[in-house]
Amino acid sequence: MVCKDAQELIHGYVDGELDRLGNLEVERHLEGCDLCSEVYRRALALHSRMQDPALKFKAPEGVRRGVESSVRKSERTGTGWWGWLSFAASVAALAGVIWIAAAILRPPGQELIAQEVVSSHVRSLMADHLTDIPTSDQHTVKPWFNGRLDFSPPVKDLTVEGFTLVGGRMDYLGQTPAAAVIYRRRQHVINLFVWPAGSERATAMKVESRRGYNLIHWTQSGLAFWAVSDLNSGELQEFARSVSR
Amino acid sequence: MATDRGSVAHFERAILPHLDAAYNLARWLTRNDQDAQDVVQEAYLRALQFFDSFSGGSGRGWLLTIVRNTCYTWLRKNRMQSAAEPFDEEIHSGGAASGNPETAAIENADRRVLLAALGELPVEFREVLVLRELEGLSYQEIAAVAGIPQGTVMSRLARARRRLEQQLANELKKEPQGGL
Repeated sequence: MVCKDAQELIHGYVDGELDRLGNLEVERHLEGCDLCSEVYRRALALHSRMQDPALKFKAPEGVRRGVESSVRKSERTGTGWWGWLSFAASVAALAGVIWIAAAILRPPGQELIAQEVVSSHVRSLMADHLTDIPTSDQHTVKPWFNGRLDFSPPVKDLTVEGFTLVGGRMDYLGQTPAAAVIYRRRQHVINLFVWPAGSERATAMKVESRRGYNLIHWTQSGLAFWAVSDLNSGELQEFARSVSR
Repeated sequence: MATDRGSVAHFERAILPHLDAAYNLARWLTRNDQDAQDVVQEAYLRALQFFDSFSGGSGRGWLLTIVRNTCYTWLRKNRMQSAAEPFDEEIHSGGAASGNPETAAIENADRRVLLAALGELPVEFREVLVLRELEGLSYQEIAAVAGIPQGTVMSRLARARRRLEQQLANELKKEPQGGL
């Protein structure tokens, strides 16, 4: 093991988060390395120093009373206009949480895209955000995109396959303009995001899920495709196969 | 939303007991009593609204995730983090491990110095240290609360501790007498 790796693993060792093999490897390295042993001693000293309970802040009485009163109030109010208000607030809060998560975590590449895709999907489900051009006619949606994007997303009629075309929407995933083609199966909305992949290399379909939504993505004919829905994974795969055919 | 008697009772059992943990995290992230109180109040309102989505498991982790997100909304609103200088693990960690002016610092630092040094760290480091050292969360729980991959938790903790050691040394230089 090189010191650079050891100096990270030492912390997992101190925290008791390594498996048996990991523990052994760290111990073996520490036996022969003075520098890392010093790092270990410091990490251990700091760890035990921070177990001082006085470092923790205790909730003041005022907060405790306020929170308890909120809980009691929530029991009394229930639905009615307050219910709608709180629903609106939770949608706003959810959007906020998702936005913050997307903005601050800055994970690389695909993970970022997956988060953006889910966020855009959630946003689109809010009132009046689903489509810019609501139509089940593929020959209306496709030219509408052509006037707005520098690439031409395929817009297929999948009625026979059991997916109803609902319309199209311009969207942004991060800084990238993307076409969103919207389909529906039963009450489930499917957003199909399409944008230039930046390379002609085709990639196989990959199935994932994020925050309860299913995602399938692949690359084909120089375009990146991401389908997202609360539809079950099996039917969403069926949808993806129909699109890519 | 937790409105009927049953779910309120569930909320009181599963979420309410973690008020001190919620406040501790909020206090360390906002570094201010009044703001921490506001954040905790708001986080609990959100928790009540979202309680339907709580699927059991760790009520503490679930609540701390909401507290943490509420804190970041607050931090963003109050521009406590310079937008021009996003967090960078490498830069903020302050270089590789070296010799040991810090060993003495850890041993000599009294509580006041430790509080000050921890408060000076970038919020991303403060957060993992508070969750790990003060709240005793596992790496898996920290990953969920902070929204980072589990593998990142260890490397971030490594950097955060390293950075805290340096900060302790700096704080001791500021007040050479130290000691309460």
